[in-house]
Amino acid sequence: MLKGHQSLIFENRPVITAAATVVGPFEGQGPLADDFDRIHGELMLGQKSWEKAEKALLEEAAQLAIDQAGLTKEQINFYVGGDLMDQIISSSFAARTLAIPYLGVFGACSTSMESLAIASMMVNARNAKHTLASACSHNATAEKQFRYPTEYGSQKPPTAQFTVTGAGASVVSQQGDGVVVTSATIGRVVDMGLTDPFNMGAAMAPAAVDTIQAHLRDLRIEPGHYDLIVTGDLAKVGYELACDLFEKHRIPIHQTQYKDCGLMIYDFDRQSVQAGASGCGCSAVVCYGHLLKRLRKGEFNRILVVATGALLSPISYQQGESIPCIAHAVSIERGDFA
Amino acid sequence: MADKREPERPVLKNCLRAFLVGGLICFLGQTVQELFVHWGGFDKKQASNPTVAVMIILSIILTCLGVYDKIAQWAGAGSAVPVTGFANSMASSAIEHRSEGLVLGVGSKMFKLAGPVIVFGVVAAFVIGILHLLFNPNATGGH
Repeated sequence: MLKGHQSLIFENRPVITAAATVVGPFEGQGPLADDFDRIHGELMLGQKSWEKAEKALLEEAAQLAIDQAGLTKEQINFYVGGDLMDQIISSSFAARTLAIPYLGVFGACSTSMESLAIASMMVNARNAKHTLASACSHNATAEKQFRYPTEYGSQKPPTAQFTVTGAGASVVSQQGDGVVVTSATIGRVVDMGLTDPFNMGAAMAPAAVDTIQAHLRDLRIEPGHYDLIVTGDLAKVGYELACDLFEKHRIPIHQTQYKDCGLMIYDFDRQSVQAGASGCGCSAVVCYGHLLKRLRKGEFNRILVVATGALLSPISYQQGESIPCIAHAVSIERGDFA
Repeated sequence: MADKREPERPVLKNCLRAFLVGGLICFLGQTVQELFVHWGGFDKKQASNPTVAVMIILSIILTCLGVYDKIAQWAGAGSAVPVTGFANSMASSAIEHRSEGLVLGVGSKMFKLAGPVIVFGVVAAFVIGILHLLFNPNATGGH
């Protein structure tokens, strides 16, 4: 049901009956390692190319989620997924393997919540019984496509972010045990004219704040409604900027805990990741791995996940275009909490 | 507003590190050259070619072992400017695009980063050559 200008309330309470995460070695050395379902020891996953490895990550996560939900592939009505590769090949190729009717989506790093929001809409509207949502990214494929070859010796500035190698998938069903998706806010594209692809956190921060503001306005709630509001991958620079913007727009963010997935997945003292993490996989594995587990344990009752995406391409920034950004918010709460 | 929150690049530290590592690489190159002169029976001019070859091979080996990019994050321009940086840019592109095949991958993408250096190097040499001819009419060229 549409609520306000750009938000949806899921009155039929679609349930995330299963969520699975598969990550690479570097994420496995981080502080959230215990929350991931599977950690791979090497970036190639025994595949012949980085791209194949990314696809394999996603296939594993999707299969694990379907297994955990106690379903078979055939019982899933629709699969909504996306990634960062040109023509979203990782998701489309995984969909070839899974053979589930598929909608490919692209929202850069906001894809994790974009796919979850669409999957929840279908289930909420009773257009599907079970849907699968996913997002994935791979450090080496993203470096190869957006930046330099992985072994190239270029010095990264302190604002640069490290793309997460990881895939997260969730099964959304009409009924079952699990956490409930209660609402979603679809973001607008916001472009404040920033052009530095090595400082995407700063470019994305205004989009995140815009979506959070819209969500609070549409639902007529205050930040204190949630036990945690978490943004996707703003990292150090974007996080501080978002805090400044909350203050400027007089959003009382202090009522709740405000965190960023890009600051949670790595250990800054031991791992050299400059400003923090990024990539579709970042918010996907932190949300599906870490946050959902904490929700289920009862550490939180209600959270708002705001995945942020920078909608640039290597060609657009070479042509001097600024970086348009977007953020999508999805609120998730414990099943027995109403 | 965004500029205010952008952490400053540690310029002085980067310069110092670049100076140290760049100097160290050049020192290594000089040592190799001296070895060629003393043990290989080359004269100074002849020794420079095999020296460059040795430095390139060293750089490629370090690139293949996945070490060169780690050195570069610490050293910055120190490891990018010498011939080793050029070798690294070619080797890393070649490794990266091996999965797209030998011709369209390795062959064509190898010059992705090194290509501009060659193009503008040639253009600059051409301009300097013209200037040299104009301002030094006695020069006959070809030396």
